[in-house]
Order: sequence, then structure tokens, then C-alpha cells
Amino acid sequence: MKTGTMSRSRGVATGLTYFFLIVGSLLMIFPFVWMILTSLKSLAESVQVPPTIFPAKIVWSNFGEALTSLPFVNLYANTIIMVLVRVICAIVFSSMAGYAFAKLNFKGKNVLFGLVLVQMMMPSQIFVIPQYQMLAKVGLTESIFALIFPGLVSAFGTFFLRQAYMGIPNEIGEAARLDGCNQWQTFTKVMLPLTGNSVAALTIFTAVFAYADLMWPLVVNTDINLMTLSSGLATLKGQFMTNYPVLMAGSLFAMIPMLILYLIFQRQFIEGIALTGGK
Amino acid sequence: MRKALSPAARKEQHWAWLMVAPTIIGLLVLNYYPLIQTFILSFSKTKTFGASTFNGINNYIEMFQSPEFWKATWNTILFCILTVPVGIILALLVAILLNAKVKFKSGFRAIYFLPMVCAPAAIAMVWRWMFNGEYGIINTVLGTKISWLTDSKTAIVACAIVAIWSSIGYDAVLLLSGLQNISKSYYEAARIDGASRVKQFFSITLPMISPTLFVTLIMRLMSSLKVYDLIYMMIDQSNPVLPDVQSLMYLFYREAFVAGNKGYASAIVIWTIFLIGIVTVIQFIGQKKWVNYDV
Repeated sequence: MKTGTMSRSRGVATGLTYFFLIVGSLLMIFPFVWMILTSLKSLAESVQVPPTIFPAKIVWSNFGEALTSLPFVNLYANTIIMVLVRVICAIVFSSMAGYAFAKLNFKGKNVLFGLVLVQMMMPSQIFVIPQYQMLAKVGLTESIFALIFPGLVSAFGTFFLRQAYMGIPNEIGEAARLDGCNQWQTFTKVMLPLTGNSVAALTIFTAVFAYADLMWPLVVNTDINLMTLSSGLATLKGQFMTNYPVLMAGSLFAMIPMLILYLIFQRQFIEGIALTGGK
Repeated sequence: MRKALSPAARKEQHWAWLMVAPTIIGLLVLNYYPLIQTFILSFSKTKTFGASTFNGINNYIEMFQSPEFWKATWNTILFCILTVPVGIILALLVAILLNAKVKFKSGFRAIYFLPMVCAPAAIAMVWRWMFNGEYGIINTVLGTKISWLTDSKTAIVACAIVAIWSSIGYDAVLLLSGLQNISKSYYEAARIDGASRVKQFFSITLPMISPTLFVTLIMRLMSSLKVYDLIYMMIDQSNPVLPDVQSLMYLFYREAFVAGNKGYASAIVIWTIFLIGIVTVIQFIGQKKWVNYDV
């Protein structure tokens, strides 16, 4: 009798759990669905009152129009180059520094690590004007290098990978030294390969945030051919004020590369970001 | 009387310096030099093309006398009030639901996390369309005729809704990892004692997850105080409600890169840092009352 009511109440609880999860999921997905549906409608149909849910006639021309109004090939190339170089810099420099801070003894270690920690606490906007002025002084605004510039080193990456190296027992490094590895070999051949998960997490973290960044690319490159997907999209908004089908098509173009990566590496994305954020 | 380093220790030190050099030089050039520059700029009057002259605290005086600046400060705080508590509570709810024994758990998690991998620029675009006063689907569904993005009362609410929608999945994933660390044995013991689910939540879940909750709260507050991209994409600079929505960082962007007042803009940034500092200190003092570290 007692177990009966318990299992019934558990059944109700499970039912409610699914109910809320599904309702929430629908709310999360709906904007994306609406984006796709709108991108397939004609301008006239998109402003019909009352609105249609599914396009009465599927129109592909919005995608063509988005492609001709923005140089998407350049935007993709610029975004990919910016993300790739930032990721490589973050991994290479942060691995080196993270290893040194975690495993080596040297004069000035605490002060220098303090510089890393303090930088992490400051919002990036405080650097924007002088960073822009530095580039302007040497004539490097309006370039792909300008997009990469603020991401050449990563204080967060250094901190994060230092944590990873701290987790590796000292004995492993000592054993490598006894086997005749020098400092550099101990780092590259023995220690670095042990931080794979953290490096993957840092890669994803760096890529997602570089890709989402809007203020810096908007400020530093005003030439449409040198913009990123984000800043290019902001420009498209100005051109097609109210032509939402074209804007939705453009937004889809801008979202697709990261979405595809997300679908493939879904678990790594989520766990990577949980790992970087939780620290 | 310093002890001389052994040759091996000296070699180690040289390697270490070499390995931290790129990062440290980069931080000095990219962050610490600009930090000092921003500070100096905030006491300077900038003319066209780089030249600037010292003008004392005039930027700050001008700033503190500007109603637009105070409005932007209030908008930023209001944005935090509207987004952070609701966002965190919803994220905690999602995390708790995901922590239950459900099928397709990773599928649900992936769906809630989706906005995180989409550029805010693209996300804002579809929400602008859904919030559109004349043809937007939100008015159709609600049966209302609200000009969401062009009414000074609703514009910031609309922006807050988008911000909450965007951050729930990320915060939920963080909180979920906290929930998964709670040992099942606590709940078993509570069940034997006959504690109700609500009681279990308040006496086990909440205290045990409070450190994670605190980290999530700090991160969310920091990023809300710096909000820019979403409002920039939702509310155009020509939109008449801009003064009622624009955040400090939006005002900063317009002053620095549209109006060209880099000195004045620097003062705004310094003020924002100050604000973030105060909020963080309050959080760290307040945490003693509710965050439970002795686990």
C-alpha cells in the first residue's frame, strides 16, 4: 500500500520533470526554428497578418540576396583565421607559461603570476581604446592581424593550464629527467601530452569567445571585406532594416560553422566550457 | 648572504624565464600598458587623431553631471536586477531537472546549451524579429500589440529576456556539475529520516551547491555589468528609446568610437571597473552568510 503511493508520486514527479524539460527545450529551440522558417518566406509573406507558421511557398532567394549583400567568403575566411590563430597562440604560449608556473622554480615567479591573475579580473573593455590606438599608430587597423591582436596571449589560458600541470604528480617529470630528457623534452614529450583534455577545453573556450566577440572587430576593421561574421552581420542589419527574411538567411550563414562543430563535438563543447567556467 | 644556485637550478630558471616570456611580454604590451593608458586618458582631453592634453578631472566632472551617464548606470544596474536572479533560478531549476534520472539527458543538455555557441549578433537578430511590434510572433502568440523594442518601458525587458534565454544553458551546465558532486548518501540518509523533497532541497542541495552557485552568480553579474553586444544588436543607435536602454559599455562604445571622445569614454570605463569592484566586494562579504565551504 505504502510502496504503491510512493511509486505513484515518483511517477508524477518523473512526468513533471519531462514536462518541464520538454517545454523548456521548445522555448530554447523555437527562435532557431523561427529563423529557418522566416528565411524561407517571401518578404510579403513574412509581414502577413496573421502570420503563417510554415512558408506557403518556399523561397530560396533570401539566401542569394544575403550572399550578394555581404562578402561571406571573406567573412568566413577572416573569422576562421582569427579563431585559429588565437587558439594556436593561446595553446602554445599558455602551455609553456602554465608549465613553468606549475613545475619550475625561478626568481620572480610570484610577481609574474600575479600579473596573470590581475589581468584575468579586468574587463577587456579597459584595454580597447589604447589597443586600438597602438594599432592605428603603426597603421595596422583594417587588417586581419588587427582581429587577432588582443588574443595573442591569454592570461586565462595560462591560469587554466597551470591548474592542469599542478594536477600532474612531480614524480612523472622527475622520472623523465632521470631517463635523460632535458627540460624542454620533459615538457613537450612527457608533460604536454598529459594535458590533452584541458587543452581541448581551452581550444573550445577560446574559439567560442573569439567567434562571439563583437566590439573589437567592429571598432578595428570598418572595411566590410575585413570583418568577422559577427561584425558583418551587424552591418547587414543596417542595410536591410526590416527585410527580415534576408536578415534571417544571413544570420543562419553566420551561425552555421559553429553549429556544425557543436553538433559533432557536442560533449566536448559542453564539458570543455563547464571545465573552464567552473574554475 | 644569498645561496648561489646550483648549475642545474640556474638552468631550470633560464628555461622558466624563456617559457613565460611570450605570455608576460604579451600581457605587458597588450594589457598593462593599455591599462595605464586608459587611466591617463581619463584625465585627458582628446582631439582628433590621437593628440591629447591633460585636463585634470574635467572628464569625471562632465561625466557626473551628465544625466545620460547616470541613466546608463541605472540601465546597467536594472539590467542586472532583471536578468541575474531570474536567470540563476531558472538555470538551477534546469540543472535539477537534468540531474534527475531522465532519458535523453545529453540531448536536453545540448539543446539548453545551444545559444552559447551562437554569436550574440545572430541571436539578437532573430529576437528583434520576434519582438517586432507589428509583425512579431511574440505579440501574435500573446495577443498583444506591444511595441517591445520602441517603447521605453519594454525595451530593456525585451533585452533582459534575450539575455536570460542566452545564459540559462551555460549556467545550468555549471550548476549541474556542482549537483553531480553531491554524494547520493546524503539523500539516502534524509529519506530514511523521512525528510520531504522540499526539505531535502533546502537542507542538502542548496547548502551543498552554494559554492558553485556563488561562482555562477559572480560570473553572471560581471558579464551583465559589462553587457554591450546584445543591446547593441537589439537597439539601434537611431532608436529613440536608446537612452532608456543603453548600458555603460554601449555608452562607452558610442563615446569612444562614434563621437571620438576617447578621454571621456575612458572615464566611463574606469567608472564601470569601479562599479564591478564594488559589486564584487559586496558579493564576497555577503557570501559568508550563505555560502557553505565546510564539506
